Amino acid sequence: MAIFTNRKYLFSKGIDQYFTGVQRAYSFVSLFFKEAFKRPFHLREVINQSFEVGLKSLPLITLTGFIVGVVFTKQSRPSLEDFGATSWLPSLIGIAIVRALGPLVTALICAGKVGSSIGAELGSMKVTEQIDAMEVSAINPFKYLVVTRVLATTITIPVLSLFCSFVGLFGSYVNVRSEEASSLISFYQSAFSTISFLDIFTSVTKATVYGFTIGIVGAYKGFNAIQGTRGVGKAANQAVVLSMFLIFLEELVIVQISNWIRYF
Amino acid sequence: MDELKQHIIDYNKPVISISGLFKSFGDLHVLKGIDFTLFKGENVAVLGKSGTGKSVLIKIIVGLLKPDKGEVIVLGEHVDKLERKELDALRLRIGFSFQSSALYDSMNVYQNLAFPLIMNVKNLSKNDVDSAVEEVLEAVGLQDKANQLPSDLSGGQRKRIGIARTLILKPEIMLYDEPTSGLDPITSSEIIELINEVQQKYNTSSVIITHDLTCAKNTGNRSAILLDGKFLKVGTFEEVFESDDKQIRAFYNYNFIQ
Repeated sequence: MAIFTNRKYLFSKGIDQYFTGVQRAYSFVSLFFKEAFKRPFHLREVINQSFEVGLKSLPLITLTGFIVGVVFTKQSRPSLEDFGATSWLPSLIGIAIVRALGPLVTALICAGKVGSSIGAELGSMKVTEQIDAMEVSAINPFKYLVVTRVLATTITIPVLSLFCSFVGLFGSYVNVRSEEASSLISFYQSAFSTISFLDIFTSVTKATVYGFTIGIVGAYKGFNAIQGTRGVGKAANQAVVLSMFLIFLEELVIVQISNWIRYF
Repeated sequence: MDELKQHIIDYNKPVISISGLFKSFGDLHVLKGIDFTLFKGENVAVLGKSGTGKSVLIKIIVGLLKPDKGEVIVLGEHVDKLERKELDALRLRIGFSFQSSALYDSMNVYQNLAFPLIMNVKNLSKNDVDSAVEEVLEAVGLQDKANQLPSDLSGGQRKRIGIARTLILKPEIMLYDEPTSGLDPITSSEIIELINEVQQKYNTSSVIITHDLTCAKNTGNRSAILLDGKFLKVGTFEEVFESDDKQIRAFYNYNFIQ
């Protein structure tokens, strides 16, 4: 063991920092679950934050959802026409949007908009000692700032995701309607005819996981911001990059699990 | 003023007792064996160069940082051995005025002041909160600023509101981190006056971290020079600065140009 004596780092600076970072992130997430179920619950702040997350993301999600619906329908139509299967269009779009695009598009927009905002806000509070000010006023800043924001994203993003799916289907209907006569109700009926409870359940579960990821990553990066204003920018940027990366990983895992359940 | 200050100090009642305090950050050894006592009703000005650990000292007192070694007893409690709930209860008895004021920038002045009260005291009516806010705003002379955002205030006003935010919980100990830094001489003297008023009106004991000798002279019943992680000299302002020590003289000569 003499090899380890008088060494500043166990392996190297980078490797040591990586494992320390993993350990800190694990502690942060554990602390969230510990604090989330303890009083006081700060419900008013959770509602305020949900309002912030939901209402401020709504215009962008509406626009993006609509455009995704229109474009996806426009791109799919020629392939289906080749097989004389344009009547399957609503079902195809329904499956694509509800199962995958709705939650994913919502999550990516919110990672950029909400994740960066949480990272920057908490980062700025950290470097200007506002978090310390809360701490010395006997207010638990983790509970008041982190738990409320993470709960808000976890609750609100599934709702936004369902909304995005509906708007996406409406966008698809608008495109279909421009090509052929079809009523909105029959379009939605056809779209939902192939969607099972498992699809809806998986979609909501995915959005919930993404919401938690966006909130916890943004809060973690902001809460641990260092190096003044530069650190604030870095926290916001890392919140977006890391949450997007995790969202794609989670998508992969959840789709595998849901397929396994579907064909079991 | 000195007589009045002496009158309210109880030298039999230490409110902060620190012995053998060490604190390092990695290879940087900041505090290297601090011994310090603050008595009830007393103001002690802690002076020293930037980076000598003055702010670290008060952050340890309030439990924001953990000491590596040593004993820190505040109002009879061992700060580093307290559970979260006990530490919070102790923190309600300590006011901490930050160098940057640390006002919550998403809240206006009223909300900044009401926030610690609402979060810590149950079953308060709107009238109770209003009157508490009004009282502390009056104490710091900024009654007309309740609806302004921190970004609309001057540096001196932000410091005052920062002090008011701590006063709303009626602390027994006040910790001031560089209360006059970045302020012009006139605003600095107003803050100095406010610190003395707080001591008398609220009967607080205070640690004032500063490198402004005017502030130390006019607010401190005692002054302490922190250099190289240890207190070089503690005593009345005159006792400390009568010293022939080169570093103390350099400090004095820079502040009071002769």
